[in-house]
Amino acid sequence: MTKRTNWIVPTFYIFFLMLPIYWLINMSFKTTNEILGAFTLWPQEFTFDNYIKIFTDPTWYTGYLNSLTYVGLNTVISVSVALPAAYAFSRYRFLGDKHLFFWLLTNRMAPPAVFALPFFQLYSAFNLFDTHIAVALAHCLFNIPLAVWILEGFMSGVPKELDETAYIDGYSFSRFFVKIFIPTIAAGIGVAAFFCFMFSWVELLLAKTLTSVAAKPIAAVMTRTASTSGYELGLLAAAGTLTIVPGAFVIYFVRNYIAKGFAMGRV
Amino acid sequence: MSLELRNVVKQVGAETHIYPTSLVFERGVFNILLGSTLAGKTSLLHLMSGLEKPGKGEIWFDGKNVTGVAVQKRNVSMVYQQFINYPNYTIFDNIASPLHVAGFDAAEIKKRVGSLAEMLKLTPMLDRKPSELSGGQQQRTAIARALAKDADLVLLDEPLANLDYKLREELRDDLPKLFADRGCVVVYATTEPGEALLLGGRTAALDKGSVVQFGETGKVYRSPDSLLSAQVFSDPPINVISISRKGDVFETAGGLNWPAGDSKLGDGEYIFGLRPHHVTPVKSGVEQLEIKGRVQVKEISGSESLIHFAFAENVWISQVRGIFDLKLGSEVAFYADISKGMFFNPDGSCVD
Repeated sequence: MTKRTNWIVPTFYIFFLMLPIYWLINMSFKTTNEILGAFTLWPQEFTFDNYIKIFTDPTWYTGYLNSLTYVGLNTVISVSVALPAAYAFSRYRFLGDKHLFFWLLTNRMAPPAVFALPFFQLYSAFNLFDTHIAVALAHCLFNIPLAVWILEGFMSGVPKELDETAYIDGYSFSRFFVKIFIPTIAAGIGVAAFFCFMFSWVELLLAKTLTSVAAKPIAAVMTRTASTSGYELGLLAAAGTLTIVPGAFVIYFVRNYIAKGFAMGRV
Repeated sequence: MSLELRNVVKQVGAETHIYPTSLVFERGVFNILLGSTLAGKTSLLHLMSGLEKPGKGEIWFDGKNVTGVAVQKRNVSMVYQQFINYPNYTIFDNIASPLHVAGFDAAEIKKRVGSLAEMLKLTPMLDRKPSELSGGQQQRTAIARALAKDADLVLLDEPLANLDYKLREELRDDLPKLFADRGCVVVYATTEPGEALLLGGRTAALDKGSVVQFGETGKVYRSPDSLLSAQVFSDPPINVISISRKGDVFETAGGLNWPAGDSKLGDGEYIFGLRPHHVTPVKSGVEQLEIKGRVQVKEISGSESLIHFAFAENVWISQVRGIFDLKLGSEVAFYADISKGMFFNPDGSCVD
């Protein structure tokens, strides 16, 4: 391909990628009447009403707070459980270690729908139904294996001589782990936390099954509004736009590390 | 006052990494562990440091049994082949880290780190992170950290192997000076016989997890106990050929012979070993024996040539200064300084 036509493919690619997102943002500033009426490329009656409604109506904004709460909880639990597990996989040889490590990955292959019913029953039995911690724990199902895989890759990139040097210098294991090892693999922790955040944020089925009112996630709020009060498309578009924001925000902070994670073949 | 290994054994699974080994390392001399990869150098250093426990046997330090003492409780320091520093600490904190853990006060730490940095030319880099330093500086940082806490036992695991030639020479000159008046036990592992000879001290030649010979470096080199010891202490590999004495004549496998002279060996079969630098393609001395060999490989390293040639079903190597225009596959006369040769019994043991 010559230099003059080089721009064509990427331009089209980005255009088609961005088109639905543009359309979502476009709709979020329109009134529902305009959306249902004539086809317009940009808002004719520009309005912030949809956003104002979301930020003032508790049924809307608590959805965001609920989602952020269980996603945050899940990210913290997943990463803190995965850190010692990944350390064990990267540093010690034990019976069946490789099989166990691979088995962890196969957990990600099961569709969450498989677990929806048993989880619903179990969490109800323990009075955890409709709590943030229930969803956070349920999402550990796929996030802990993922975090272990990502962190193991980063940890194996650190020579074990670093551990030995620390012991020789007199560090105890816990002091070494917190003061030296964790800062050394900070990038890996960032990447693992990002992926836990993303996967927990976009997961709907388990989150919806395990909650009713008190911990209802934003995605569930969105589907319910669509079905009950007719077509509030402008409002939905605004909610959708706001749902993209946290992910975009988080990815901005870890963008450099993610490339490193990809290079290690673990992401 | 010394480090003493008493019949230590290390097994990992079904594999034996260290066969029963007893060694005594004294303070104030450079103790060298010489052997190829997998000879057990690093395993031995791990046992000495306390990072690993021996399966059997005991480790004594200054008359105390320290076999079961955790590495944190021993006063040990170690430098690795890879440049190991704490990536999140500055060079200052890297060097100071053992002092921080030991609870020294800030003024004392500052003084010690300052003088070490001065000695190892790291003063301008103290505020930087290890990744911003060159390989040589990173390794000097690791050495400074090893020196910081006045360890009783300093273990150096091929510390110069990953450095480029110039830096290696520079640091190799510095190392003995750095440890000279510290009165600690220094153990230095290396794969290079040349390095062992330059550092002097005492050498333990290792092969496949056993010590084949331990003694003064020069002595181990000049009068090896066994063929194995000579092989460990020879790079390029020592030339060997089977030889027999009948009456007044030595005769080798390829039909070479020379008068036995006043050799005290009895009639019988032996193995004759000759280091590569005693075989040259140019005639120089008087006591040289001509060997006809077919040139197989020529390697040139700097101003030195290694010529591999086939001779009586063996491949011999001639290591010689200068570059020679020899055609591969041609038959060439080499001259061997047979008076420098060593005799071993057919099983590789020393003749005496």
